[in-house]
Amino acid sequence: MLGRTAASLFWMSRYVERAENMARLLEVGYRITLMPGAVEGHRDEWQSTLASAACLQTYTAKHKQIDGTMVINFLLFDEDNTSSVKFCMRAARNNGRAVRTALTRDVWESLNSTWNELAQIDPATITPDRLPSFLDWVKQKAMAFRGALLGTMLRNDPYYFSQLGNFIERADNTARILDVKYFILLPRPTDVGSELDAQQWAQVLRSVSAHRAYRWFYKDSRYKPWLVSEFLILKDEMPRSLLFTYNWINAALKDLGTLYGQRYECHGLASEIQELLKNGNMEEIFQNGLHEFLADFMHKNNALSTAIAKTYNFP
Amino acid sequence: MSFNEMLGPDGKVRLPYSKVESWLKQLGPSDIERALRECDARFRRQGITFAVYGDEKASERIIPFDIVPRIFAAQEWRRLSAGIEQRVRAINAFLHDLYHRQEIIRAGRIPEDVIIQNQAFVPEMVGVNPAKGIYAHIMGIDIVRVGDNDFYVLEDNCRTPSGVSYMLEDREAMMHLFPELFAGQRVAPVENYPAMLHKTLEAVAPSSVGNEPVIVVLTPGIHNSAFFEHAFLADEMGVELCEGGDLFVSDGWLYMRTTQAPKRVDVVYRRIDDDFLDPLSFRPDSSLGVPGILDIYRAGRVTLVNAPGTGVADDKSIYTFMPDIIEFYTGEKPLLNNVPTWRCSNPQELKYVDEHLAELVVKEVHGSGGYGMLVGPTSTKSQIETFRAKLLARPSNYIAQPTLALSTVPTFVDAGIAPRHVDLRPFVLSGDQVRITPGGLTRVALKEGSLVVNSSQGGGTKDTWVLED
Repeated sequence: MLGRTAASLFWMSRYVERAENMARLLEVGYRITLMPGAVEGHRDEWQSTLASAACLQTYTAKHKQIDGTMVINFLLFDEDNTSSVKFCMRAARNNGRAVRTALTRDVWESLNSTWNELAQIDPATITPDRLPSFLDWVKQKAMAFRGALLGTMLRNDPYYFSQLGNFIERADNTARILDVKYFILLPRPTDVGSELDAQQWAQVLRSVSAHRAYRWFYKDSRYKPWLVSEFLILKDEMPRSLLFTYNWINAALKDLGTLYGQRYECHGLASEIQELLKNGNMEEIFQNGLHEFLADFMHKNNALSTAIAKTYNFP
Repeated sequence: MSFNEMLGPDGKVRLPYSKVESWLKQLGPSDIERALRECDARFRRQGITFAVYGDEKASERIIPFDIVPRIFAAQEWRRLSAGIEQRVRAINAFLHDLYHRQEIIRAGRIPEDVIIQNQAFVPEMVGVNPAKGIYAHIMGIDIVRVGDNDFYVLEDNCRTPSGVSYMLEDREAMMHLFPELFAGQRVAPVENYPAMLHKTLEAVAPSSVGNEPVIVVLTPGIHNSAFFEHAFLADEMGVELCEGGDLFVSDGWLYMRTTQAPKRVDVVYRRIDDDFLDPLSFRPDSSLGVPGILDIYRAGRVTLVNAPGTGVADDKSIYTFMPDIIEFYTGEKPLLNNVPTWRCSNPQELKYVDEHLAELVVKEVHGSGGYGMLVGPTSTKSQIETFRAKLLARPSNYIAQPTLALSTVPTFVDAGIAPRHVDLRPFVLSGDQVRITPGGLTRVALKEGSLVVNSSQGGGTKDTWVLED
């Protein structure tokens, strides 16, 4: 398999995952603005959505004001923004198109039809009242893509590379959302435990579709920072947790190693991160600093992505 | 009056069309609309598109597909394909001669400067011996029909002719939409084209290579107008689709960068032009090609399909010599006609063209895709005058031909079923033997009266049938 093909498969999946995460973040951001008492905090809420999406810098470089309509447009349709849904879907589709010989027809057609429909949409028609159904559409398309991939692709190298891209992106997203909440959103210690604080933790869970799962899992309806963090970092049962993503990453790398008959540095790196998560406990993590832990994780996750690209000759 | 392929000059249904004619009669408008809608959705969903350069908005379009097939009887096709094979063999012999002893020039049948000053002549190819002596492995010969037994070759496409994926997808679409049409008659299959292409590519691998040569398709990338076809053919043949950056030359061999160790490549079906093939030999600013590939090609380490420098044989200035070329190399009279052509570089011929501009078709010598041409009879006075200025400013850039009354085939248009002009591009493979797919790509000018069938100018395509005896 060509190194370029592997890279395109990796990025194809990565961009679809990113588009889906963006839709989730926006969904939560929009929800918050609808809540009673949100009016004064309105601007802040959009700002925190931009921060969680890692788009605050690029947004403020382009726009002076933080305004709901402009933020929504920036995160959904602005193709100067490499995390916007439109940019991601175009990139995913172009990557898929370049390697369509490595894709099943179902996978390719799901990407292609999503892009064809998205390209037809006039951003001006996505008014606030239509936003929720549009975001649902994005999520459904991303899930249909993943379903096609899981359901029709042969379990060989194209599949493994697409899984690696998918889960490296998901790991990055989950870690970032947690970090933004913990490190940026609540700068004043007095706010800890406040109503606002609880609301923000709920928002974090919602953005990974885990607010109900949390209640089931912990048999507790109050969102405790400690438990939310544990849920999203250390719990293998939670499909967007860091441990879960690293179990998948390691499985894909292991299968790749078996197929090619060779293990590389990236294999060691991935299992090191997995061990760290497997053996982690929240007490220790909070003692040493959650932010430091997450920053270190994101750094390692990124290093793994680079190592994979180098090992398998991505262009 | 143009030859109507379904109705014939006497208004009676011609034999090959008898079944389709009665089928069309019972087809209701709603059946047709359903079929067209289904087709459009199918092509779009699968991404069977082409790009129109300079058109930012609709950078990917689907080529309109017409549901009425274009049909040849077995014996019509036998005659046509004999003519095509003769022409293709002659072209390969001609190319071999041009890059070796140039007997045809010594014999005085073609002036030397027509060859040597031709931009498509590649001096680096002189003395090179491609495997099996084949230069143009894949050709698309553009043919038009003007009467029952009257065919003309318009162009010999010897570089990287495209359209074969439409031929295959059109057949798929027809069989999917109207299976009942195929049940009652024997339509020669086209679906084995990719297998024949694969065989042809295998047969021309360098002689040093063993049984299973590694073949790749080389594409300029996803922004190329024919990218869909490149991916389609690679997929159908089960070979890698490479971009220039995926290939590299090392120690005198060609390799591709894989997720594991580099892999040797023996045959490159390249869909990029000569100019971009190798920045060390041709355009230094090209990032599409592979540095050093021409050197190892010349050393017989890899086969390039088509060979560099084949364009000299499909140049419009060479076209006029084609009857001589066929006679010179085959010793036979050409079986297919050439269109009489005026070379505007010749002052007397230019004078004639200038005086008869409103009746003629004028083309750029090096042009393609229907860009920059004039169709006199369907142009306005001011279009003709604008063109005249361009022609007189650079006469040597143009050739002119009489406006042929291209045959028509019934076509579904807004007003219902109506005759529209068509041409035909059969695809010809040359390797260990010459292989011609029965039929080819029929292009149809969808505008009433229009003679321009190019997809970039609003042309569509039809499924093309050859009926077996």
